[in-house]
Formats: sequence, structure tokens, C-alpha cells
Amino acid sequence: MQIEKDLVAASATPLVLAILADGESYGYAVLRRVRELSDGELEWTDGMLYPLLHRLHRLGYVNTEWRTPPEGRRRKYYALTDEGRAALAEHKRQWLTVARTLGGAWEGVDPLRLVLGSA
Amino acid sequence: MEALESQIAEWRGFVAQRPAVDDRDVEELEAHLREQIADLDAAGLAADEAFLVAVKRMGGLDSLSREFAREHSGRLWKQIVLSGGGEQEQLDSRWPEVLACALAAALTVQVARLASGFPGDESLWLLRNASLLVVPFLAGYFARRRRLPLRQCLLTAAPFVVAAVVVNLYPYREGGSTELLVAAHLPVALWFVVAYPYMGGVVRSHERRMDFVRFTGECFIYYVLIALGGGVLMGLTALILEPTGAGNGERVIEWVLPSGAAGAVIVAAWLVEWKQRIVENMAPVLTMVFTPLFAVMLVSAATVYAVSGLGGAFDRELLGVLDALMVVVLALVLYGMSARDASQPPGWMDRIQLVAVASALLLDFMVLGSMVARVGELGFTPNRTAALGLNLVLLVNLAGTAWLSTRFLTGHSTYHRLERWQTTYLPVFPLWAATVVVTLPPLFAFT
Repeated sequence: MQIEKDLVAASATPLVLAILADGESYGYAVLRRVRELSDGELEWTDGMLYPLLHRLHRLGYVNTEWRTPPEGRRRKYYALTDEGRAALAEHKRQWLTVARTLGGAWEGVDPLRLVLGSA
Repeated sequence: MEALESQIAEWRGFVAQRPAVDDRDVEELEAHLREQIADLDAAGLAADEAFLVAVKRMGGLDSLSREFAREHSGRLWKQIVLSGGGEQEQLDSRWPEVLACALAAALTVQVARLASGFPGDESLWLLRNASLLVVPFLAGYFARRRRLPLRQCLLTAAPFVVAAVVVNLYPYREGGSTELLVAAHLPVALWFVVAYPYMGGVVRSHERRMDFVRFTGECFIYYVLIALGGGVLMGLTALILEPTGAGNGERVIEWVLPSGAAGAVIVAAWLVEWKQRIVENMAPVLTMVFTPLFAVMLVSAATVYAVSGLGGAFDRELLGVLDALMVVVLALVLYGMSARDASQPPGWMDRIQLVAVASALLLDFMVLGSMVARVGELGFTPNRTAALGLNLVLLVNLAGTAWLSTRFLTGHSTYHRLERWQTTYLPVFPLWAATVVVTLPPLFAFT
């Protein structure tokens, strides 16, 4: 299944915020997590993640730090801030509203609830 | 392995060439590429295959740099004129437009000068209208360059018409100060009218507003440079014509100076657009040199005032001087901001800037305090009203700046917030200037 470009773009911010909510991470690991979570259905061009991360940084949603872990290469780590957490909560609220509305329109079927869990 | 390294180096070189992608981004992207290659390698791919797959997944360089440019619009700014086509070609295709606008402005000023009999007769009419004779051509130039539709062109023209009517129909009294105030405030209001065509009609965009701030700063630098060169030229012309008859040199200057000053506005604006790269390197340097100097000056001035007090002789001009000082501080803040990368962490320049802003505020509070105490006995005059109003406008802006940069420096807020504060506040300046132009003269019976 090919997910439409606009939908991928719209879901990118909440997805990255949610992944970073589990703990600080770096670009490559975030992308790996996206692939895992979507079973490879969500096709991202790798490079596009970085402008997005930089935007989140500019908005104050994440802090960044260059670090070299003991066994590994130098990476730029991103950690969610309180503001980022608040933004994630807001995103969640909006997506759930969309999901509920679609579910209602599709007569009792609530497909997005499956994806989003019971959050 | 060596082949892989050279491939990565080559790729890195290609990415680094993109102006929207800076060195730290390249490093981050390279780290990503290497991890991807290592993973693919572990999965059994040959080194060159792994490299190809990793590069493919990274995405096309064009779309990648476009995404980066969208996020880092400051970096993009220098690209606006450079994208598509060579520099030279664009220069060739544009110079007739520029020349036409500059000549039109020069000619208009010249005709107005002759009509008003300047400098033989002292003409405040010319002074009052000076900006109206030049700025519309600049607005027209940008309206053409940005290919504004007719409706937006009319919207651009409307403020000029209103200004022309207001400025020329008001019955100013002889020797009144409201006329001079109008002459001083009208250029500010009109300059911001240029913002509308400059931004292509998208006045709500904060990024575009920041572009306009940048443009204003660089335009000012170019204008000063042109003025310096022009001054040397004028001086030499006067000297060389001196032997041909007394007063010949002065007569030439009389003719050339007004037109030159008018045309130079358009040329400066065009140079900013065309040669951004050159000044771009100058903007950060200039702010870096002058912000600390002004900080030192302001801190010492504030200290002197705090220790010695204002003294008995309260200078009426002091508020005007203070306004000028705060305008300079604000200009430094804005200009520094337009050249700064918002994603950078707080640095020493931010601290120095905060010191400058805080001292300016302190100074202002002290002078304003004594001013307000005496306003009853001194009464409101047009000059004092204009100076107080401007002071208030600047005070609110700088107070907000000081508060937000303190929060930024202590890690409670982002630089982005500070930028937003300035770009949101921007329309207040032309609104205040327009208020002075339109309401102050009738309020004080045109005295």
C-alpha cells in the first residue's frame, strides 16, 4: 500500500515527536523506528527527516547535542523538551478528533483507532 | 574500503555545495549515510552497492536542498536572485528597469527642485515631499520585479496617494514644527509601504518580514557606501571646476546632488538584490564590531546618569537624543537578528546585545521619569508629543526584547520567540509614523 505524500508529510511531526518521547535519539535511529512502526509502509526519504528535526529544534520542541557514544560514531542527539511534549499532546488531540470523525463517517468502523491504539 | 571513502567524500562535496545546507548539516547527513552503509554492509551488500542504496534513500540533492532551504530561509535569502540562470545574465536583463526607475526618481526630484526654487528660496515644501518624490519609484520597481497583479499594484499605490493629499493639503503655519515632524516621519511610513511589493504582497509571513528587515539594513549600507563615493566625486568636481569661474562648482552640485541622492536609493535597493553575497559577509561583521562598542557606551552613560543624576539643567533635546540612541540599538538588534542563525545556541554576542538593550532601557527610564515629572510644567508641544510617542514605541519593543532574550539566555525560551516578537512588532513603526503624519498637525493646529 502506497500512502499518499500529503498524509506522510502531515503525520511526520507527531510521529517524530512520539518517537522522541520514548527517549532521546538521533536521525538514523528515528528513521529505523519509523520503518519498524509502519512495517515499512511509510516511505520516507531519509534526508527529509533532518530539515524537520531542525524545525522542531527552532520551535524549541527538542534540544540537540553532538555526542560520541563509547562504542559508536559521533552523532547529533535530539531530546524532547517540555514544550515538545505539549506539542505532541496537541497533535494527539487533533489526530484523535480526525480519527473519530472519520470513524463516524465510515459508519461505526474506527480504523484509525487500531493504528493509534486506545490513546 | 578506500573506494568507499572517496565516494563518500565526493558525495559530501556535492552536498556541501548547496548554500542551504551548512557544514554541520553535512556532517549530520554524512553520519546518517555511514550508518546506513554499515547496516547494509552487515546485511551482506557489497560496499559500492551499499553506498548506492544509502545515497538513493537519502533522496535527490535538489529536493533535499529545497527542504533545507525552506527550513533555513535565512540561508535561502542569498539564493533568491541566484537561482536559475547566471548572475551576469540576470544583471543584463534587469538593468533597463533599474535605470528607468532611478532616472525617473532623479528627474522627478530635479523638476520639483526647480519648481520650488530650491535652494534659492527656503522651501519646506520640498523637504516635506522629498520621500514622496523617490519612494514610489522604488515601490514601483518592486511591484514590477515581483510581478504583482493589478489589485495589489493599486494597493501599493494607495498609501502614496493618501500621503500626497495629506501632506500637501494641510495648511501648515509658517515656522511651525508640525511641518518638520511630517518631513521626518513620512519617509519611515513610506519605506514600510515598499515592504508590501517587496514581500510580493505576503505581509503576514514572518520570514518575509525578516527578509525585509535584512533588505533595509543592507540597503542602508549600500546607500552609505554610494553616498561616500558620491561625496568624493562631488568634492573633486567642485574643485576642478573652480578655476572656470566662481560658483560653477557649486552650481553643478546644486543640480547633481538631489538627483544623485534620489537615484541612489533605487540603485542601492537593486544592488542589495543583485549582490547579496558581498554584503552578506559584512552584516555579521558590522554587528559584531558595533554591538560591543555601543554596549560599552550605553553602560557607561547609564552609570554616569545613575551616579550623578540628571542635574538641574534639563535639556529639551535630550529625549530626541535618547530616541536616536534607542533607534540605533534596535537597528543593531534587528540587523544582528537577521544575520543570525536561529538554531544556534546562546552565545557571547547575545549576552552583549542584552547588556546593550538593558542599559538603553535603564537610561530611558531615568530620562523618561524626569520628563514625565516635568511634563505638567512644560506642557505638550508637537515635538515633545512625537518624541514621547516614539520613545514609548521603542521602549515597549526593547523591553520585550530584553525579556525574551533573558529567557533565551537562561534556556527558558527559543531564539525563534525573539524573532517572532520583532517581526510581529514591525508594523507598529509605520503605524506610529503614519499617526504622526496624519493626526499631529491638526491636533496642534498646524503650528
